Amino acid sequence: MILRRTIPIWIATLGGFVMLISAFGKPIEGMGESFAEVFNVIAAIAFVLGAGSLLKANLTKISRRDAGWGFAIVTLSTFAVTLIAGIFKVGVNPSRDFPLATFSGKQTTPESPFGWLYEYAMVPLTSTMFALLAFYVASAAFRAFRAKNLEAGLLLGTAFIVLLGRTFAGVILTGWLPEWASGLRLENLSVYVMQVFNTAGNRAIIVGIALGVAATSLRILLGVDRSWMGTGGDR
Amino acid sequence: MNFWLRLDSMDRRWVFLMMGLAVAIPILWIGITGRTFPETATPAARDVFRAIDSLPEGSRVLFGFDYDPASSGELQPMATSLMRQCAAKKLRIVCIALWPLGGNLAQETLAEVVRSDFPTMREGVDFVNLGYQAGNEGVMKVVLTDFKKAFPVDSRGQPSNDIEILKDVKTVSDFPLIVNVGAGYPGNKEWIQYVISACQGKVKMVAGCTGVSAPQLYPYYPVQLAGLLGAIKGAAEYESLVNEAMGGVPAPKYLEAQRRMAPQLFGHLLMVSLILAGNGIYFAGKRRPQR
Amino acid sequence: MTRQGKTWLVMCGVLAALLIARGLTGEGLGRVYVKKVEVSLGSEQVAGAQGVSQTIWKEVPADKATMKWVEWNQVAPKEFFAARAANPAQDSISLSWPRTIGLWLGAFFTLAIMSFLYADNIAYKLAEATVIGVSAAYWMVIGFWETLVPKLFGALTPTLVSKLVLPSLQPSDVVQQISMWVALVLGVMMLWRLAPRGGWIAAWPLAFIVGVTAGLKIVSHVESDLMAQAAATMQPIVEVVPSATGGTDWYATTWATLANALVLVGVVCGLVYFLFSVQHKGVIGGAARVGVWYLMITFGAAFGFTVMGRIALLAARFEFLFDDWLWLIDPNHLRS
Repeated sequence: MILRRTIPIWIATLGGFVMLISAFGKPIEGMGESFAEVFNVIAAIAFVLGAGSLLKANLTKISRRDAGWGFAIVTLSTFAVTLIAGIFKVGVNPSRDFPLATFSGKQTTPESPFGWLYEYAMVPLTSTMFALLAFYVASAAFRAFRAKNLEAGLLLGTAFIVLLGRTFAGVILTGWLPEWASGLRLENLSVYVMQVFNTAGNRAIIVGIALGVAATSLRILLGVDRSWMGTGGDR
Repeated sequence: MNFWLRLDSMDRRWVFLMMGLAVAIPILWIGITGRTFPETATPAARDVFRAIDSLPEGSRVLFGFDYDPASSGELQPMATSLMRQCAAKKLRIVCIALWPLGGNLAQETLAEVVRSDFPTMREGVDFVNLGYQAGNEGVMKVVLTDFKKAFPVDSRGQPSNDIEILKDVKTVSDFPLIVNVGAGYPGNKEWIQYVISACQGKVKMVAGCTGVSAPQLYPYYPVQLAGLLGAIKGAAEYESLVNEAMGGVPAPKYLEAQRRMAPQLFGHLLMVSLILAGNGIYFAGKRRPQR
Repeated sequence: MTRQGKTWLVMCGVLAALLIARGLTGEGLGRVYVKKVEVSLGSEQVAGAQGVSQTIWKEVPADKATMKWVEWNQVAPKEFFAARAANPAQDSISLSWPRTIGLWLGAFFTLAIMSFLYADNIAYKLAEATVIGVSAAYWMVIGFWETLVPKLFGALTPTLVSKLVLPSLQPSDVVQQISMWVALVLGVMMLWRLAPRGGWIAAWPLAFIVGVTAGLKIVSHVESDLMAQAAATMQPIVEVVPSATGGTDWYATTWATLANALVLVGVVCGLVYFLFSVQHKGVIGGAARVGVWYLMITFGAAFGFTVMGRIALLAARFEFLFDDWLWLIDPNHLRS
């Protein structure tokens, strides 16, 4: 019980309070920096954990001949090739300033196999996946974006102002308005929407989140919230 | 079958095709004709320009590249123009990155703008690329107390202590302005939360961000953020401001954001039309007697 | 053959025909050129900081070099065309097969992902499987070289790291060494999660991560998102904007005052809406309703900006296809 629950709670409390106090007090500023570095190293080691889970899931799929097991082989092969190319800096020239240090070059240069895989596989794949959302947003807007009530109407109206006001369409549609009514031009309306209504709405959300973060963090630091341990539950 | 019913039963792939054409055709048109739409800068973009313009010659600027090639479609035009204004103003530019590929993008931007158009600027004296540093907020916490501890070497491996431009830099407060182009975490929001707030007015910051994160950054403008470039529109506005200030005919690389505004225009018009059509279907359906 | 199968066949056929037609016109399409750069370096002893002599490496003529290698830098196709026109036998600029293959692979992946818009298919699944494998390994490699090597191994095995990777590595002090030993132990405990038994061991590093995150966030959020945002909301009731002539700009003053009031109302009402411990009735209910209106406007703006961002990304992908791959457009004058 002590090893499984008490010590982890004390570790969380210690880590949290050191970071908290280091923001105010010079004497333990350095300790806060050390804790932050330990945090980063653990986070980097956690990538191994992610890779382990990926291997486990895909190997299980292959051994069971589950549907799509052929694609699991592709995943594992591309994983292995990228990992080997990157970890061993295959084809990477050393840095010009330190040519005697074999691994001083950056593995991200496009001449190296790792950089090649990033530039010609990862970039097109990830950016196209994000770009695909343009199509789905269009379809969803057509199917589901209905002015059913006042709230939906406000959402829709704002979207119109932003979509039209942030392109040349705003100038085409309302550029003819005289100077005294220039505040009603779409490009100006979109500025007002962003600087007044959006600022107010998002500020309320930000303040709400800040209060939530402060409360949750304090509960963790004081050992009241133990839900992060998975099986504990709150006291 | 009446018009609204036929529209309602339309296969969604037609919508996809329309969106594809709305974006692709203007790209081809602009690519062939080279024409762009005129831009009028909004206050947020003008404030970015002013914040850089008001710095005295030789001031140090901390330039953050917190994005990667996947989001460079939106952000690279901003970084290019920001770098151009800083170089034209004869500011001393210190590039850093908290995203792994940001260091490479800083190198490319320096090559494209500084090395090619401002050849008198010397590496290590007028500009330097300190490259990527892992650690997210951890790095931000360290730059508050010891900048060179957070970035001990530059991208070539030279110790920061030996670099002329960093000679009297102790903390991030020795930079009057932070220019950060960010796509997400860690990025603009974290710089505001961990650095700008802690510096309590000693350091100003201007930011360039993606469309998705722009609305969340507006509450920080103009108090915590001196200026903000939101999405490709912000980039196009700022690009036109810098081009106007520089005079002459801008090179194609300085018109990238303005070229992108044409597909943006037709994409947005299609979105508005689709929403209107969708609502037309909805209201026509409401008017029909229910069986 | 099903109707969908026939459609796929037609689409692939049309694409292939267009590619062949494009390839046979003008300068063709989709090639990457590189310039050969021979790097020749020689060492020199100079006096460094505190008078200690240090070795620096400089570019020297090839016959005096002690270290040599070849680099291939990408150049615009027009440089190749110009070099070829000047001397057809030149070999300083040449076609890069690896990068050209990469470019075509990038185009294939882009189209493979987009093909999902029509229907799920084998090319999309292949692209999906590839992105999972490549990105998992990418983040592991970045974590290894950018964090573990300079920070962990740099503190624990400094001689090895400075010899092989970072000759300018700063020596670490005792505190750093101790903290890196702690990090190593906690990191290994974290990996215990993969073991069939003793999963609870991973709770210790998890506790450290949770605690440090909580401590780090609490200050920044309270300082930047609570105090500073509250201060930014509390603006003067009447904000006087001076005009260019020295008097008062009444239009700007009215607008600035109204804007300040609208922001204050919006923030307060938005926060009232998030107040779930009080029933939304009467004044509270009214304020919460106004808060919802503000939030709806906020979401509408977020929708507009999200659409803008996604279309910008799509435009970038189309530019890649039309410019880099198909050579249909040349906005940056790379070929002419």
